[in-house]
Amino acid sequence: MNDTAEIYDQGEYNFAYLDEQTKRMIRRAILKGIAIPGYQVPFASREMPMPYGWGTGGVQVTASILGKDDCLKMIDQGSDDTTNAVSLRGFFEKTAGIRTTYETSEATVIQTRHRIPEKNLTENQVLVFQVPIPEPLRFLEPRETETRKMHALEDYGLMHVKLYEDIAKNGHIATTYAYPVKVNDRYVMDPSPTPKFDNPKIDQMEALQLYGAGREKRIYAIPPYTKVKSLDFEDYPFEVQKFDKPCGLCGAENVYLDEVILDDKGGRMFVCSDSDYCEERRAEGHAGPMAADPAAIQIGGATVEETI
Amino acid sequence: MYVAVKGGEKAIRNAHKLLAKRRRGDTSVPSLTLEQIAQQLSHSVARVMGEGSLYDETLAALAIKQSRGDLIEAAFLMRAYRTTLPRFGYSQPVDTAKMLVERRVSATYKDLPGGQVLGPTFDYSHRLLDFTLAAEEDNTGQSVETVQADDDAMPRVTDLLGDEGLMEPDPVTGEDTPVGDLTREPLSFPADRDLRLQNLARGDEGFLLALAYSTQRGYGRTHPFAGEIRYGEVEIEFFAEELGFAVTLGSIKVTECQMVNQFQGSAKAAPTFTRGYGLVFGQVERKAMSMAMVDRSMRWQELGEEQVAPAQDIEFVLSHSDNIQATGFVEHLKLPHYVDFQAELDLVRRMRDEWFEKRRQEENGDAAQEAAE
Amino acid sequence: METSIRTTTKNTPLAAGFQDPVHNAQTCFRAIMDVMARPGSRKVIDTHDLSPPAPLTPVAAAIALTLFDYDTPVWLDRSLNSSEAVKAFLRFHTGAPIVGEAVDASFALVSDPEHLIPLASFNQGSAEYPDQSTTVILTGQEFGTAPSVTLTGPGIKDTTVFATGPVPPVFWDQVASNNNQFPRGIDLIFAGETEIAALPRSTRISPTEV
Repeated sequence: MNDTAEIYDQGEYNFAYLDEQTKRMIRRAILKGIAIPGYQVPFASREMPMPYGWGTGGVQVTASILGKDDCLKMIDQGSDDTTNAVSLRGFFEKTAGIRTTYETSEATVIQTRHRIPEKNLTENQVLVFQVPIPEPLRFLEPRETETRKMHALEDYGLMHVKLYEDIAKNGHIATTYAYPVKVNDRYVMDPSPTPKFDNPKIDQMEALQLYGAGREKRIYAIPPYTKVKSLDFEDYPFEVQKFDKPCGLCGAENVYLDEVILDDKGGRMFVCSDSDYCEERRAEGHAGPMAADPAAIQIGGATVEETI
Repeated sequence: MYVAVKGGEKAIRNAHKLLAKRRRGDTSVPSLTLEQIAQQLSHSVARVMGEGSLYDETLAALAIKQSRGDLIEAAFLMRAYRTTLPRFGYSQPVDTAKMLVERRVSATYKDLPGGQVLGPTFDYSHRLLDFTLAAEEDNTGQSVETVQADDDAMPRVTDLLGDEGLMEPDPVTGEDTPVGDLTREPLSFPADRDLRLQNLARGDEGFLLALAYSTQRGYGRTHPFAGEIRYGEVEIEFFAEELGFAVTLGSIKVTECQMVNQFQGSAKAAPTFTRGYGLVFGQVERKAMSMAMVDRSMRWQELGEEQVAPAQDIEFVLSHSDNIQATGFVEHLKLPHYVDFQAELDLVRRMRDEWFEKRRQEENGDAAQEAAE
Repeated sequence: METSIRTTTKNTPLAAGFQDPVHNAQTCFRAIMDVMARPGSRKVIDTHDLSPPAPLTPVAAAIALTLFDYDTPVWLDRSLNSSEAVKAFLRFHTGAPIVGEAVDASFALVSDPEHLIPLASFNQGSAEYPDQSTTVILTGQEFGTAPSVTLTGPGIKDTTVFATGPVPPVFWDQVASNNNQFPRGIDLIFAGETEIAALPRSTRISPTEV
């Protein structure tokens, strides 16, 4: 048996945790992904020190592109302060020692789960998505051997049938997030479980988008200025959710809102899901209809707390 | 209580502190030592090494201690540590015929060269709680009468059958035939047997057990006999390029199971017995046997059998055997999903409004018709 | 392998790799990623610490050190392949196996681009796994002087004009037909004296209107 003491003598991890061989393998997969927009490149995903399903794909992509001069923003559900965003940001602060930020415009790399920031991204930014199930056809055909053939043959009939059945049954396409898109008129792609509200943002986006699925071992990408079309029908065009109220805190309209339950008597308010966007607007003096409500003080977070 | 929106950092820090405290439990009770775990919970250690895919008893003991005895969590800790280790190359294939055997049983022969060696097993113990173990000092001092296994060779049962031509020959592979490694190349389908066996060896014991059991109950029956189960030490050798020969790195304990299955034969092949193979770290017989049965089930295509059952479905089995992946994805549902839920809320509310509106119109229509009649 | 390096480098000491392997490789990769994501655009690669054996250029060496390893079979054109020093440099620093058949290569390094073999000789990937194609790296490129082509497609806002050379006379026709078979096809990286550019298979090529 080894000397017990030996295990406590842990060496330091490499910059951004991954070893260089792993980074090279992932970097090559990223380049292929960029060259074949929307195609899922298999890669030898590594076991990471956080569980599968908790962002291991995004973390491996971020770790492979990150340099010491980068500034990282980490969001989950649109917010920098949700528990897993905090945890993953801490991981990179610890292993890469890089600068991190809450401000969308300051970041060079943004890793996200389930949202795209409201503010337009720029050419100098990279948006990294955490992806649970990269295969848009998976729920229609569970076999990889079959779905791979469908992509090869550009045979997406099954997907159209599913969407059409939705319309026949409900009068709607009953997909509200992870809404499938067609990239560069070729590959049908899963934009990760972002609400379909965010789909228009990934069309012709100025920033490079990288998608990492750790457990399913796939990387894919959308280069800047790429045509990304949400699947639809001529008589049932794609449309996004509309909220009939502005953000209760900052008054923003045409942004994605979270519904917050205030009490057990039906009291609720709607607030920006993108917390940085909301805070910036409030700092600029914008106020929503519930900004003065006592309930807003708890939900409003840091900027409000500071004034107490 | 934590507010999902804000204050995550502090909540996480405090949760870690509380976890550490709970893990330690009552501090008036002595802390477990890694030696105690490695020595006295050796089956747990073996399982964690196998599913964690890393042979190191001390590290496995540490992982078990750190994970409060959650063996999947412990295997996860091993895997995450394993990926950070430098890789020097691949060892030579182990020769289990040369195993220093501690236990060896065959269900297919009453006696055989090298003999049956019962070894340490629960098999014939009566499952009665042993209250003497609850006493402070358990009766460890007992001397055990063991018969030294013969120095004679202990040939594998499958080799004995093979000599008679009754067992399908082991596939012949060239020295240079590369062996797949699913930790370096993502698994793709169809997956060859090398990758399938690697996947099963790392797979979840419970999952393989259930699949193997299903084959016994008619879901892809393979008529298995436990040709042989052997447990003991094998040497690990590494071919050192600069020396030009293999050097011994050490030895590990493994359980090997060779299931012997009936095969009817086909137009091309005479009737013979076929193999199902299991090999795992440590004494984990349940898994070695399950692995051998599932391995044999997944060979349906090469043996010209029909695919009728879940245990034969290679893509299904290999895609769901890994408990580190499975637990991660199942448990990730604990993460906030309120953005997507908001989208669903909106849709369900809208669909309900439309549903009630439609019904209201239908009822109005009916009422109008009744009034008209 | 060790011994072969010792013998081949008996007389000339092996040129050094990256001084800071972690961060040099990262900055070089980001440049490659940026130009691959924006076809026709150019990025400077810092190669001050590299002096690889000729005809391998410092920029090509940086790309090799960034992307090659044991898992990537590499094909060398005749002029690179005839240099034992180049092969020793690549083997030692990257571990990449050097293959004789272009179709077996993950990467191809070309130092005499005027005599580049047809692009169709390289691995084109399959319909199911188009990612398994070869990435071809042309060295010694000079940007902006040769006749230009017009690029459209992913990564390009509207259109962009791109010129590089030397390349064989039939080169742009070959690139156009390579890219027409999207998603199959090779990807190209152009290595100049200090800058790099790239053309993934997703780009559509047309002659520039004069």
